[in-house]
Amino acid sequence: MPLRLERQENVPAIGLVAAPLVALVFTLVVGAVMFAALGQDPLRAFSVYFIEPLLDPYTQQELVVKACPLMLIGVGLAFCYRANRWNIGAEGQYVAGAVVGSWLALATHGTDAGPWVLPAMLALGFVGGALWGLIPAFLRVRFGSSEILTSLMLVYVAQLGLDYLVRGPWKDPQGFNFPQSVTFDDNAIMPLLSDEGRLHAGIIIAVVVVIAATFVLGRTLIGFSIELGGSAPRAAAFAGFDERRVTYGVFAVSGGLAGLAGIIEVAGPIGNLQPSISPGYGFTAIIAAMLGRLHPVGILVASLVLALTYIGGEAAQITMRMPFDVTRVFQGTLLIAILAADVLVRYRIRRVEGTSHA
Amino acid sequence: MLDAAIIGAVLASIVAAATTLLLASIGELVAERAGTLNLGVEGMMIVGAAVGYAAAYGSGSLILGTIAAMLAGTLLSLVFAGLAIWLAANQVASGLATTILGLGLAGLIGSPFVGTTLTAAPALHIPVLSDLPIVGPVLFGQDAFAYASIALLAIVAYGLARTRAGLVLRAVGESHVAAHALGHPVRRIRTLAVMFGGACAGLAGAQLSLAYTPFWASDMTAGRGWIALALVVFSAWRPLWLLGGAYLFGAVSILQLHVQGFGLGIPSQLLSSLPYLATIAALVVISALKRGQGAPASLGVPFVPDR
Repeated sequence: MPLRLERQENVPAIGLVAAPLVALVFTLVVGAVMFAALGQDPLRAFSVYFIEPLLDPYTQQELVVKACPLMLIGVGLAFCYRANRWNIGAEGQYVAGAVVGSWLALATHGTDAGPWVLPAMLALGFVGGALWGLIPAFLRVRFGSSEILTSLMLVYVAQLGLDYLVRGPWKDPQGFNFPQSVTFDDNAIMPLLSDEGRLHAGIIIAVVVVIAATFVLGRTLIGFSIELGGSAPRAAAFAGFDERRVTYGVFAVSGGLAGLAGIIEVAGPIGNLQPSISPGYGFTAIIAAMLGRLHPVGILVASLVLALTYIGGEAAQITMRMPFDVTRVFQGTLLIAILAADVLVRYRIRRVEGTSHA
Repeated sequence: MLDAAIIGAVLASIVAAATTLLLASIGELVAERAGTLNLGVEGMMIVGAAVGYAAAYGSGSLILGTIAAMLAGTLLSLVFAGLAIWLAANQVASGLATTILGLGLAGLIGSPFVGTTLTAAPALHIPVLSDLPIVGPVLFGQDAFAYASIALLAIVAYGLARTRAGLVLRAVGESHVAAHALGHPVRRIRTLAVMFGGACAGLAGAQLSLAYTPFWASDMTAGRGWIALALVVFSAWRPLWLLGGAYLFGAVSILQLHVQGFGLGIPSQLLSSLPYLATIAALVVISALKRGQGAPASLGVPFVPDR
């Protein structure tokens, strides 16, 4: 049956909102099949996975705690992806930021330094992530190397670097030989927002970043040059926008925000440096960016949805003994569904008269 | 101190490490020559490793396991093909989605097998030849995967350069509009190329979990799929260069392990990161030298027929 895709010039606004919802529904259907295949009652699994975490006040807070890094990283990635620069190494920039920021926490440990420590750590975290992100940007600008592969390779390098530090020079001498640093002092810990739970001030930073990014991307010349450089590079060049500056800029922003997410996580819910400080936030944030249609507010919502898959996955692991990989399958399916739904919004499927080949 | 047997064993393990990379990168090279950049290699490889292990463990047959792994890789590649080729979605994002899904699926499939082991695929013994010192075990004492990778490379190199099908495939990758105008079914050809890539990645996964390290671990590919992608760039899309690249990276990844064993005071994490750093260095060198020459002109560009 000859079908063909036809590009639509005016995408109806309703489609832009409907597509992610359609993708969510599709993911849930796939999820039901998967639960059945695992020998679980799909309704009970859905309840454990997606409903119960929303009802309990503790997990409600956890939801926001987990969404915080996704939001920060995802908003940064939106800068890159809008500019058609493919930074897929946010996980490494997250680690780099956590390491550089933690350096200050460890250097001032036990010295009774003032309240400036935490803000300085956050700034260092941003700088660390930005520098790590600028490596693939530099290699792309200077040598034309694919930023996709170099940024991804640097994830492994960053993780191994962190592993070295917490097993070697930064290991807590009184830590019974566990591979982790000392627990940070109080002036190096994110303040909590409530007496119960782990909700910390990082979420305020994330929301401020979302608002700022919405303004920069939507209302400024910088945002316009990023967008234009991504969708029409030749036009951008004629307009006088420097392609190299855009590359450096978007990698610095996305690396920096990923680094900020890293140091917030370490100074917040974790409390010290450990060999593993992320359940794949840097990769999940890619999905958050896509699901949120590269719009900061959309990414905020998408981050909450993806955080739910983390929380639900943990709950299902404990109460139903389901492997945590269920969460990865959900996340992968969600990304596939959103990509497909996007196409169905941008294009119309037409049946073609007569013979035609693909 | 270093006798022939040890050198032989080290060289043999380099062959095993290189075979994984070679198998996966041959498939990706074909997909890319047809114009599709499939970043799902890592996902297809780990699904191949998991399914291959599960099938071999259940059936007791390494051959069935290998076939199942190739089928699984092919099936997952169809997810990518559906998105990137038939729905013209962004190829980078589609490939990433394939990898994320593959990692999850493989974890699910493999979870009952954590902690089990298999008997590794046997080395094929060729009388007289494989008893030669050093050269013997390296050249003639490998398992079937190593020979298959060389044979596959030869077939692909010949097929791309010298057959009509290879010419059409390259035409589709260079200019899909022109190929379309000549009446070639662009999307069907690309789908087949991507499926071939999936089968090869699945085979590489099977080599990993059935021969190289005959057990299941959820992170056993450890970025090898990504290194295979980099190798394709490194080869400047020429099959025979893959051979050199794969063996170079195989050597780096094995030799760093042996240096770790000597304990020279170099942090093991620095040595472990060498394959990744070498990949970056190789990408930089090749792009500095060639500035993207050799890449198929339509690589990564989705094709939507207008007529």
